[in-house]
Amino acid sequence: MSSEAATQPSGSRSLHRFANPGRFLRLADAVLPWVAAATILTLGAGIIWALFFTPPDYQQGQTVKIMYVHVPSAWMAMFAYTTVAAASAAALIWRHPVADIAAHAASPIGAGFTFLALATGSLWGKPMWGTWWVWDARLTSVLVLFFLYIGHMAIANAFEDAGRGRRAAAILALVGVINVPIIKFSVDWWHTLHQPASVSQIGAPAIHSSMLWPLLITALGFKLFFVTVLLLRMKSDILAVRIKTLRMMSLGER
Amino acid sequence: MSMETKARRETEPNAAAAHPVEADLSTPPGLFTGFARVVARDLRLALRQRGDAGLVVMFFVLTATLFPFGLGPEPNLLARIAPGVVWVTALLAVLLSLERLFLADYEDGSLELLTLSPIPLSVIVLAKVTAHWLTTGLPLLIAAPVIGIMYAMPGEAYLPLMAAMALGTPTLSLIGAVGAALTLGARRGGVLIPLLVLPLYIPVLIFGISAVDAVLAGVPVQPHLMLLGAMLLAAVPLAPWAAAAALRQAVE
Repeated sequence: MSSEAATQPSGSRSLHRFANPGRFLRLADAVLPWVAAATILTLGAGIIWALFFTPPDYQQGQTVKIMYVHVPSAWMAMFAYTTVAAASAAALIWRHPVADIAAHAASPIGAGFTFLALATGSLWGKPMWGTWWVWDARLTSVLVLFFLYIGHMAIANAFEDAGRGRRAAAILALVGVINVPIIKFSVDWWHTLHQPASVSQIGAPAIHSSMLWPLLITALGFKLFFVTVLLLRMKSDILAVRIKTLRMMSLGER
Repeated sequence: MSMETKARRETEPNAAAAHPVEADLSTPPGLFTGFARVVARDLRLALRQRGDAGLVVMFFVLTATLFPFGLGPEPNLLARIAPGVVWVTALLAVLLSLERLFLADYEDGSLELLTLSPIPLSVIVLAKVTAHWLTTGLPLLIAAPVIGIMYAMPGEAYLPLMAAMALGTPTLSLIGAVGAALTLGARRGGVLIPLLVLPLYIPVLIFGISAVDAVLAGVPVQPHLMLLGAMLLAAVPLAPWAAAAALRQAVE
């Protein structure tokens, strides 16, 4: 693969190399076992470290451990949406077929992460804030993100012609991308109940290293999990199209 | 639908007869003339069908009268929820009117002709949205004080409510046009539009209500109105562009 890549000029043409689903399948097959193994390793190590070897918070007690699932899934909820939007833009601008498949495949995973973030946040909110749900800016905008994912999935499947559904979904994804910065900065713009970011502060993060490291490893595990599932879903998507084509062809021969 | 097609059949020849010069196809109309013609055509269609705009207002008033039945007629409570009720019901009324924004044109084929016209499709979309706002947003704006009176809304709340609605309802029409264009030809298109559009309506709703609440709380109302204005200014170029892209896919 690498020797082949060296002969190709970089830039947009190298992007188009992956426009061939067959080539993508070969690449995905080569990468998938490694990514899957890395996912199991980091996710396992991160969760075990976080659950059994981190100190309880002096205020929050053991409930702080919900954070190790909540924060990575919230990050991934936004990351997955950005992926969907970027892939949609590539699909619309260059009519890139694999980007189209990627956008379609990433959306349900992102919806899953968003749901996980909302659910774990709610579980944490009950003992800490005394309520399952508050109409706080960040909670509301994440809920809107969840609705955007649902809308994206619904419109992609609403047409007889699957290609039309995906192109409509791509436009919707680009319209909805306005929400991502709103989520990111909602806690800074509005003084609401949800605490501001404590990891990505300039200078020293406002979180102790005994908690920061397991959090970062779990976050890496979540990201690798996303990549693994995305590759699997894209593969099955491409194969499903191939099976459909083969079936059509065999019907035509009969 | 049959009423609508009948009204269209009556309208289109009249339009050609009233403006014989417009039939000259050798020189394409300028941007503004084209815009004005599409607005005029849609308004004429809306007028011929009568009732459509009236129905939206009726829906608005009827839905708003349901809340006192559900919550009890306590004046203090009603005065407090009045801005929220006005905004939420106006939003639902706009939502109800969205499906027919492009559907009739799509079904009778005029949409294909519109996409072929020398005027950019986004300008045509903007014109259709303008006509949509004039036939739904504006009547809702006029009907809003009636609901304010029924809910015993405090006197100083009327001006900010009207200003917020004047800035907010065009944004609703603009965002709604994207949803309406995306769902053209979809199965269950009418059910899909709320699913796509409502999440995007939430910011308008939030700042529309907080503008009124700001006046009632005695804090400056300007920031909320400016944010509503900013959303409108962002939606004017972006929404027709996205809707035009979606329409092109629909007629492809």
